[in-house]
Amino acid sequence: MPGPFESDDNSGGLVARSRSGDNAEPLTITEISARLKRSVEDQFGYVRLRGELSGVKQAASGHLYCCLKDEKAVIDGVMWRGNAQRLSFRPEDGIEVVATGKLTTYPGRSKYQIVIDSMEIAGEGALLALLEKTRQRLEAEGLFAPERKQRLPFMPRIIGVVTSPTGAVIRDILHRLADRFPSHVLVWPVLVQGQGSASQVAAAIRGFSGIAPGGPVPRPDLVIVARGGGSVEDLWGFNEEAVVRAIADCTIPIISAVGHETDTTLADFVADARAPTPTAAAEMAVPVRSELLAAVEDLALRKKRAAPRPVVLGRERLDARVQRLPRPDALLQPQAQRLDDLSERLRRGLSDAAAQARALLMADKARLSAPLLRSRIDQARNRLVAARLTPALLHQRSQRTSERFAALERFYLSLDPKAPLKRGFVLVTGADGALLRSRAAAATQHRLSIEFADGTLDAVPAGQAESAKAPTKARKPAQIAPKDQQDDLFG
Amino acid sequence: MADNTPDISEMTFEAALGALEEVVRRLESGEVPLDESISLYERGETLRQHCQARLDAAQARIEKIVAGADGKPSGTAPFDPAS
Repeated sequence: MPGPFESDDNSGGLVARSRSGDNAEPLTITEISARLKRSVEDQFGYVRLRGELSGVKQAASGHLYCCLKDEKAVIDGVMWRGNAQRLSFRPEDGIEVVATGKLTTYPGRSKYQIVIDSMEIAGEGALLALLEKTRQRLEAEGLFAPERKQRLPFMPRIIGVVTSPTGAVIRDILHRLADRFPSHVLVWPVLVQGQGSASQVAAAIRGFSGIAPGGPVPRPDLVIVARGGGSVEDLWGFNEEAVVRAIADCTIPIISAVGHETDTTLADFVADARAPTPTAAAEMAVPVRSELLAAVEDLALRKKRAAPRPVVLGRERLDARVQRLPRPDALLQPQAQRLDDLSERLRRGLSDAAAQARALLMADKARLSAPLLRSRIDQARNRLVAARLTPALLHQRSQRTSERFAALERFYLSLDPKAPLKRGFVLVTGADGALLRSRAAAATQHRLSIEFADGTLDAVPAGQAESAKAPTKARKPAQIAPKDQQDDLFG
Repeated sequence: MADNTPDISEMTFEAALGALEEVVRRLESGEVPLDESISLYERGETLRQHCQARLDAAQARIEKIVAGADGKPSGTAPFDPAS
């Protein structure tokens, strides 16, 4: 449009004048702005711009403002709320994007800008860069901290699964669950790829987390968020902050099983456990029922075997003690021995005592001997002899008696048939008093008694002179009778 | 034992299994007095039955969430992964 500028060259006046034939009337700013706008919008009604995002700002209204730039130029951009909400990623400064839209102007500020209909990340490298940025930001927030992780239940009663209701993933999970431990599974069907998938996944996670116990829908005690393998782009929903925050906020333990082993999403970082595949998530979720059954059986068996153990042990202990217990006879042996000993001693004691008594007796007997007795008799005799019991002691009494006796005798003699003796006859008797009637009889006697009227005379027949004394004694006839009487006394 | 029975019925499988293991360990060690071992055995039997029941009760039941108008789950419906 060189026209208007040429007219400038022609005019050197102070005041602008319109010249005839000149159709270059001055335009108002509004007019030019409108013409510019029309021109720009006509020509750039559909453009795709590749550039790096900067100055990204999400207004409260939901509109997104940003700049797209490269090394030398910059262009403002705006994304209205409706489109911004459909963004499959969260725009961030430094991310290289391809923005699709139309150019427009903003007359009020002499600006032009692109109104972005859609925006994509410019290539996988850029996507990974965005992922890394987001990861660092969330990590700095502490969302991935190990201490935030919840412990998975050992045996969940109800398992919530957030995944696509169609496809291999849910089949794999259900199949593996059925193999290991048939469980009650609640599937929350979601889109796992593409537009709106992230918000659906996040909503499903929050939905499970928000189920109150005892409601119409049972509350799971484990949630699996699963998706099959795919490109970074395919898995992108699980890198979205909405999903990450929903997982972080979930009050139920979550296993993330997104993609294959090599794929790592932010959902994997934030989840309480990460499974490399959906099948692995099912393995992580439940124990193997048959193994548990076997374990219970094993415990029951061991219990059964162990039950009589106290009895066995008790019996062993009892046996051990019984063996240590002395045998009954051995138990009685000392007593029996003692009894034997005592009875022996008793017997011996008795015989000993008898022997002792006998010894004592013998000792006494020794003393109680005949010589002793004899000596005592001798003693007594000596004492008797010493008593000097002489006939003289009796004499006086005897004399009186004999006087009376003599008187009686005289009277008696007067009556005596032996009176003839006074006339000279004698009676001769032997030693035994027998009357000797013949000489022959007298000759056999060694002693003769010749009774005279006045007494008896002992005589020894001739030839027996050794008894000569006897006649001398016989001279005292008065003594003879008393002598007989004395014998009687001794007798 | 009567005191423990309601406890067992509310035990998780894991806790019941752990308790059963403890019972078996104590029985095997022979450290339990004979009289006590009988009640311990009975308790172990209850625990075993509980564990067994929990395992036997395990059956596949697959449902899907039916969300209400507000997006919150309003109920469940049978789930057929083949569909």
